[in-house]
Amino acid sequence: MAYNCAVLIKQVPDTKRVTGQAMNDDGTVNRSALPAIFNPEDLNALELALQIKDKFGGKVTVLTMGLPAAAEILRDSLFRGADETILITDRRCAASDTLATSYILSCAVKKIIDYDIVLCGRQAIDGDTAQVGPQLAEKLGITQITYIEELIDLSDKSITVRRNIGNGFQQVKSALPVLLTVTGEANEPRVAAAKKMMKYKNARTPIEVEQKIKAENPNADEADIKELIEHKYSELEEKGLLIKQCDLDFIGADLNWCGRSGSPTKVHRIQSVVLAAKESKDVEPNEKAISDMIHELIEDKTIA
Amino acid sequence: MIDVNKKGEVWVFAEQHNGQIEDTPIELMSKARHLADALGVKLACTLLGDNVSGLATKLIHYGADKVYLAEHPLLGNYQTNSYAKVIFGLIHKYEPQIVLYGATIAGRDLAPRIASAVKAGLTADCTDLQIGNHQPGKNGQMHENLLFQIRPAFGGNIIATIINYERWPQMATVREGVMPPPEPDVNRKGETITESVQLSQQDLPLEILQEHKRPKKIDLKAARIIVAGGAGVGSKDNFKLIWDLANCLGAAPAATRAAVDLGFIDHDHQVGQTGTTVRPSLYIAVGISGAIQHQAGMSQSQKIIAINNDSDAPIFNVAHYRIVGDLNVVVPKMIKAIKEKV
Repeated sequence: MAYNCAVLIKQVPDTKRVTGQAMNDDGTVNRSALPAIFNPEDLNALELALQIKDKFGGKVTVLTMGLPAAAEILRDSLFRGADETILITDRRCAASDTLATSYILSCAVKKIIDYDIVLCGRQAIDGDTAQVGPQLAEKLGITQITYIEELIDLSDKSITVRRNIGNGFQQVKSALPVLLTVTGEANEPRVAAAKKMMKYKNARTPIEVEQKIKAENPNADEADIKELIEHKYSELEEKGLLIKQCDLDFIGADLNWCGRSGSPTKVHRIQSVVLAAKESKDVEPNEKAISDMIHELIEDKTIA
Repeated sequence: MIDVNKKGEVWVFAEQHNGQIEDTPIELMSKARHLADALGVKLACTLLGDNVSGLATKLIHYGADKVYLAEHPLLGNYQTNSYAKVIFGLIHKYEPQIVLYGATIAGRDLAPRIASAVKAGLTADCTDLQIGNHQPGKNGQMHENLLFQIRPAFGGNIIATIINYERWPQMATVREGVMPPPEPDVNRKGETITESVQLSQQDLPLEILQEHKRPKKIDLKAARIIVAGGAGVGSKDNFKLIWDLANCLGAAPAATRAAVDLGFIDHDHQVGQTGTTVRPSLYIAVGISGAIQHQAGMSQSQKIIAINNDSDAPIFNVAHYRIVGDLNVVVPKMIKAIKEKV
């Protein structure tokens, strides 16, 4: 039998590759200089969904909440084999903490996606919280299984997986529907397929279409712009290249639970980590200097 | 959510498996004790399990004034839903102002589920907790005695202080190994409150088919001296240098994530953001460039020796002894010097 998978992904700054160009003179990180990437473990979640589709059939729907630029990782998902992609973008999502984010995602999933399995990456590399998956499961009222390392079996209406429990592993079975959070150990994400890249390279969100047409026709009047946009929408839709885009009104979200007002946690202060130079000494790599250093460490009882 | 309740207690979730309390909630106890004293309220532990009442005394020795004991055969094995249901009930019954969890696998699985159900805030993986005041904007209302939830974010490049002044309790998970555990005081007295628990099979949606636990191969947190190797060591064969240096110092061998990923040594030896956080008397970093994710796990070491052939390696910024040179030359010289002197 076939299983429908909903995969939730996030576009994140590449915090693992902080190079010299992304450093300010005071030793802090210039966040805007970091490239935006597909959150690594979300790729593992997508891969697991695609493997389920390859083996059992069904549909893979990918959803993200983010800025219009997040369309980039939706196209990437199409290149790798997703069937449908959805962008939730709305200024009123800004400043959402994990609780508000999971609320918004739960509204979108309930409204738009018919699923048997929801898959998320274990955590995103910008916040490293691992909270949105479990919070979303609670809001959807479904079972969560976190830290997935391997899909063991999927049959009838139940799923068996192996999960990491820190100092070992656990094999658990659950009825569907279920939400899985997937670790980097689970699989090796496939690369984009050339055929699908050809097919989907022109896939666009409505907001991308609008921005492009406005930029190309700076002097056109509003009615003409509107007509051009409508025309482009229907052209893309016909070819299956119009990425679905929703705002908070469409998914029926209660604004009290979104954005800043929906977020109990607030930032009191942000401090940049400056790699501080301590009292230190240079030790020449020769026998005498190294011996002196060891002697010093024995004297001050650092080495017993 | 519960309303702001300044008389509310400070709680620690006393995670246990098979009758053994995890290290992280114990490590949390001295900080939690400090927070409760600063607020003038009681420190309580929530203890869930089957036949675990004997652990209550231990928690009191570690600083708890009270233990809320929830025992039930269906709490014998940890499962998200059953544990979340019991703690959700206790939070609404007693309205604590602060609820802390160890950022263990179970803690990071459980706390967000509870936070979502309670509709309260939760901060992940804190490395420090303090009590402080916050005023939103210049003319905003001053909120006094809040929990400052301090955590690295953005891959360790920034430290954020998070607060929650509206929808309580204030909840946080706390990173393993960042707080020194308190000394138990066997004369401490406290109160154990037995809670009635209503659970049915429906609260256990998972069938646990098998579980494999292996003891950690090494306890890095307990080591006085650590010798750690990075990708710069070059190969698994060459990693023998790290073992040799560690052996002659009675030290624990450790590694960066890069070295673990390259297969030089087992993950149990990994120090850093996705490994263990350590604070030994001496940390010897060999062939380690010093990515911020690694530094997050070792920069609290009392003394640091760094050996690297790249004089610009960031590890030198936190080192007390900087040796710019070939590790294949320097390490044998160190071994020789140690053998002569110790």
